[in-house]
Order: sequence, then C-alpha cells, then structure tokens
Amino acid sequence: MGKTLTEKILGAKAGAAAPGDVVVADLDLVFLQDTTGPLVVRQFRESGFTSVAKPDRAVLFFDHAAPSPNRQLSNDHVLLRQFAQETGSVAYRVGDGVCHQLVAENFASPGDIIVGSDSHTVTAGALGAFATGMGSSDIAVALALGKTWFRVPEAFLVNLEGDFPRGVSAKDLVLYLIGKLGADGATYKALEFTGSGLANVTMSQRLTIANMAVEAGAKVGLFPSDEVTREFLVSRGRGEKYQQISPDPDAHYERVISVNLGQLEPMVAFPHTVDNVYPVTAARGIKVQQVFLGTCTNGRLEDLAVASDILKGRQVYADTRLLVAPASREVLAQAMDMGYIQTLLGAGALILPPGCAACLGLHQGVLGDGEACLSTANRNFKGRMGNPEGLIFLASPATAASSAITGELTDPREMT
Amino acid sequence: MSVELKGKAIKLGDAISTDLIIPGRFAHLRSNLPELAKHALEDALPDFTARVMPGDFLVAGKNFGLGSSREHAPLVLKMSGIGVILAQSVARIFFRNAINQGIPVVLCDTGKIEDGDALNLDLAGGVVHNLTRGDDLPCSKLPPLMHAIFQEGGLIPYIQKYKEFVVEA
Repeated sequence: MGKTLTEKILGAKAGAAAPGDVVVADLDLVFLQDTTGPLVVRQFRESGFTSVAKPDRAVLFFDHAAPSPNRQLSNDHVLLRQFAQETGSVAYRVGDGVCHQLVAENFASPGDIIVGSDSHTVTAGALGAFATGMGSSDIAVALALGKTWFRVPEAFLVNLEGDFPRGVSAKDLVLYLIGKLGADGATYKALEFTGSGLANVTMSQRLTIANMAVEAGAKVGLFPSDEVTREFLVSRGRGEKYQQISPDPDAHYERVISVNLGQLEPMVAFPHTVDNVYPVTAARGIKVQQVFLGTCTNGRLEDLAVASDILKGRQVYADTRLLVAPASREVLAQAMDMGYIQTLLGAGALILPPGCAACLGLHQGVLGDGEACLSTANRNFKGRMGNPEGLIFLASPATAASSAITGELTDPREMT
Repeated sequence: MSVELKGKAIKLGDAISTDLIIPGRFAHLRSNLPELAKHALEDALPDFTARVMPGDFLVAGKNFGLGSSREHAPLVLKMSGIGVILAQSVARIFFRNAINQGIPVVLCDTGKIEDGDALNLDLAGGVVHNLTRGDDLPCSKLPPLMHAIFQEGGLIPYIQKYKEFVVEA
C-alpha cells in the first residue's frame, strides 16, 4: 500500500513508519519562543544537559512579549539570551517578527522535521515540513538530543478544487474546515492537502491554512511541494532546498474531505471556540470596538495588501480601533515599500511592532469588559486577549478591514 | 511506581482551553510558579484553588486542554494538587505535556461521574472505580513509551535515567 506524505517524511528520517508506530526521528530545527522558553531552559538545566546537539538549528524567538511590557518578562528575555550565548544557539531579536513567520522565511523546507515550543509550529507544514508543537520539557530534550519521539499519525486528506471567489481567502477555507471537522475533529491526525485547486493557493495562504490545522486538533497540516513551494524557496534564497514530495496515489487516508473553493463564502468564528463558525452574512451588524490585523495566521504582506486595498480612500469607524501588527520585520519593510503602511496609517490604523501583539493578552490591545474584537488571529478562547469579559470573533483580513470601516461585522464582498 | 491514585472529582465541562487553565495575561508569572498556580482555572472555576485537595481528580468533558503548548497548564494543575485528569477526549499537546509532568491523563465516560464523587484509578488495569456510585468505568491505558515516562515521574527524570528515548522495535 502507498504512503501518505506524513509516513514518507517520518519514514525518511526514522526508518519505516506506519500509522500507530512510535519512532525516534532526527530533527532539522528545534525552536522556542519567549513565553514557553524560560521553562525549556529550566528543564534543560534540570536534566543536566549543558550543550545543544545542533546549535545552528536551535533557534530562540522573542515575539510574544515584543517588546516586553514588564520586569518579569524582561528578566525572562535575559534568561533566554544568556542561554543562547551559553549554547551557541541562534537568537532573533525583539521586533524581528513572529516565530512561525521567521521559520517560514528562513528555515522550513520540504521534508524537514521541525518541533517548536508553540502550538502553531504546524505553520511550516505549508512548505512540506512535518512541523508540530510541543511543551517545554519535550523541547528541552529535543534541543539536547537533536531528536524526539513521534507516534506516526493517521491522516485525513483535504482535496481542494477550483479557485477562491472575490472577497474569499484561505482564512475562510480554514474556518469552514474547522467548523465542519469540529475543534477536536482531527485530534492526533495529520491533515494533508491536495487537489487541482492547490495551484491557486499562494504560499502566504498555505501558511494561514497550515497554521490553523491545530485548531481542529491536528498534529500537522501538510502541503505537498510544487511550483508554488519552489518559487517561494527561490525568492528566499533557498532554492537548493527544494525537493518534490507528495503522497503515493494509493496512500490510505482515514477520511477524505473535498472542498470547491469557488463555493466558499466569508466565514466568522464566534466566541469562544474556533469551531463556532458561521457565514459572515449571519454575523452582519455585530459591533466591534477593536479590529486586529496580524499574527502568524494573517500578518503577511498579502494580508496587509488586501486590507490596504479596502481601506484606501476610506476611514476606520470613529468608535473602532484598528490595530495592525506585521508578522515580521521584512513584512513591515515591504509593506512600507508598497505603500500599504501609509494607506493603513492614513485610514486611522495603529501600527504595532512585528510580533504576536494583541493575540494572546499580554499587551498591545487588551480588551475592556464587554468589548468585542474582530481578529485575524487563530484563537478566540475566553480570556485569550487578556480579559475573560471580552469577545473575540475570527475572520479574514478582508472581513477585518471591511468591518473596521463600518464598526460592525461586514461582508467584504459588499465593500468594493 | 505503584501509587494508589485516589481522590474526589472536580467536574469541568467541554473545551477547557489552556487559556482557561492558565491565561496568557499571567505570562509574567511563568518564572514564579507558586504565584502562577494561584490563578489555575480562575476563569473557568473561580473556587478551584480554594477547594482542590491533594490527589483530587479533574474530570472534564471533550477536548480538554486544547490550545497553546504551554506546559504551565498541566504544571499549575499538578502544583494545585490534581493527581489525575479524566476526560472524554484530550488535546494532543496537553496530553503529552501532562505525562511529561508525571500526571496521568486517561480517557473514560466522564458523563457517569458527578462533582464530588470519590474515585480510584487502576492505571495498569484500565479501570476507574467510582466509589460513590459503585461504577467501574473502563478507561484508556497509556502507550508503552508514555507509560515508561509516567512511571519515572515525568520526562526529565526519565531522560536523566535513560539518556535517550527507548523504543521497542
């Protein structure tokens, strides 16, 4: 019987791998971020380890508190920088961007196995990397050994046909899928994407889709490599890292889901779970005090371009604040070159530093009691944005920009 | 390790996220674990830290621990005294993190358990005994590697002992 892409990647690094097998695999990248990282360092030291296996493939990112809003988190940053120096690991700077965006820009390649101390490590699946999130103890051991264990997951296949209609994007697809599967519908499974529609899904959009695979419980959200992958790697100066990888035609999938992109419409996840999904037409008129455009889900150049197009010549509603956090320093620089930042600023947006910003409630946009936020992030759990009395709706950059203009949830297809 | 796992049930609903277990707004306390643990489950069950007793069972519904990879979630539950987590289903990263912290997570029909029930877990036998109701609920067993990690008290003691992952071919 043929192999899924998951079986092929794990098998290449760990010997034959069938679903249910437990394998130990060599890792191409191990990374940590600044809110789970301090516990990684403490577990690493408690284990008695003093060196990391592959320092040039061990990376620390400072993105969740960027810059740090208080003394305690500043001291956590000090601890992490010391650890990077001691071990010779790679440390990015505050302001360089969100870990998952920087992994996509600078590290992930087809066939890689990547683990990070953040659940959205799955983002790198867009590039054909088997990438998954783990806790601090696992990452501490992965740093020291350069390997970790995996249970080879069974896979679901998502078959994409057609192309997105105007005003509809990858975020609407992934919200639709999570609504259909449920927040635990793919728990422990690999979600693999395929189909003739893939050619119409850009790398930026693939990153959005892979990023949210974990919101259906999946261990990985995996794309085969193709011309889109190759062009992205070439544009990043990593053309030599391209390899063609895809599942066997006769691979076994536990479930197959087909989606015609052309039939999708803008979707919104209502509070407080990501699978509480409705078409935006059912959400029209809900007032929002904050709109947040950014994060590892939707803070890329394409996302800012969409928002800038919609906001050009228009103004953000007087009683609504629009926060924009580019996913990386490069995204911010490119968005300035393209004039997107100037347009957003002129429309009344507040530009935040590259990083996680308001996403997880540490700083930069905590909600007030009873306030509602429309966010392009990946989670709307109660308390997520710093206040259990806040309400979070999730949607695409187009829906976010349109809603920022009207101050209420708005169908982006009505804005042009 | 053969510890008797016995305690009373503290019931929770479905979809208890890591943001409900320990919210991101307390990230600045993550290097001060005793302070962090005071906020465990604060937004889901405000009286949790006041009522939890050492060895108590957290009894949840579906998809317990969904969300972030923060190992602080099982860690603050352990520090609060939770000895066992029972759920109908559990999110992948949380499951691995809990075992790495030495807390057993087993799946069973938690709908048959009420808040305050006296429970006893036979981990090797795969049974939860509900002493209050006289029910024996079959439950999941840990896969061999995770069982070995749990038996050592968590991943760090495991790796100190074995230096690597021991997987039977």
